[in-house]
Amino acid sequence: MPGPPGRVRAAPHADRDGAVDVTVLLFAAHRELAGGRADTVVTLPERSTVDALLAELRARGGGWASLPRRAAVAVNRRYASGDTVLAEGDEVALIPPVAGG
Amino acid sequence: MIWSDVTTESIDPGAVLARVGSPADGAVAFFAGVVRNENEGRPVSGMEYEGYDEMAREELAAIVAEAAERAGSDRIGAVHRLGRLAVGEVSVAIAVSSPHRAEAFAAARYIIEELKKRLPVWKREHYLDRDAQWLEGHLPGQEAGPGGETGEHGGNRHLTEREAGRQG
Repeated sequence: MPGPPGRVRAAPHADRDGAVDVTVLLFAAHRELAGGRADTVVTLPERSTVDALLAELRARGGGWASLPRRAAVAVNRRYASGDTVLAEGDEVALIPPVAGG
Repeated sequence: MIWSDVTTESIDPGAVLARVGSPADGAVAFFAGVVRNENEGRPVSGMEYEGYDEMAREELAAIVAEAAERAGSDRIGAVHRLGRLAVGEVSVAIAVSSPHRAEAFAAARYIIEELKKRLPVWKREHYLDRDAQWLEGHLPGQEAGPGGETGEHGGNRHLTEREAGRQG
């Protein structure tokens, strides 16, 4: 089984107080809502939650505003709840309703 | 061997079956999901599977490990395909062997039902008239209603992309 290919993470900003960069991944219908962008780096205040990130993305307007207020989300490839606090470099994936099989 | 994979390569059912079995096993259960030629009466030309590759690999490995523990068998494996599939192609294959049939059937069933609820994979159905749409799925973390699905791609209500964005 091939190992997971490393994703490029946002560079840490150790010298910048009070903010963290997270990489947001979008898939399937969510990606199309966002104009086809598969990933984007978002800067958030420290101690921001998953729900706060969703609010930030929706506030971009356009198709972004159609992203769900509460979505299934994976942080660093594990399902996480909306109150999960995000840290520098986290990989946050919005998971549309899944349809494998 | 307990194994799993997520791949863009064509799935060979014989190769999946060949990886289970032992002299102590009297039962082998095999399940394959196959792309159908219609959905709700609409002619289908193929199915496009998109996945969150790294997480899908990890999640499928976790599901197979859970099934192995429940079945008490380490002769178990599953593989899920990604990419564009034609009608008749295998999208998922599962094989389990165990001393008796009940454990093998139950483990195979567990894997297919769990991956439909949890695996970060999405499918876009393509039609003969060249239209295409994402199929509705399960929002992870919410239990699906009782009863389950009767067909591989059955029970999927269609929804537009705008509706998909409002899910949850």
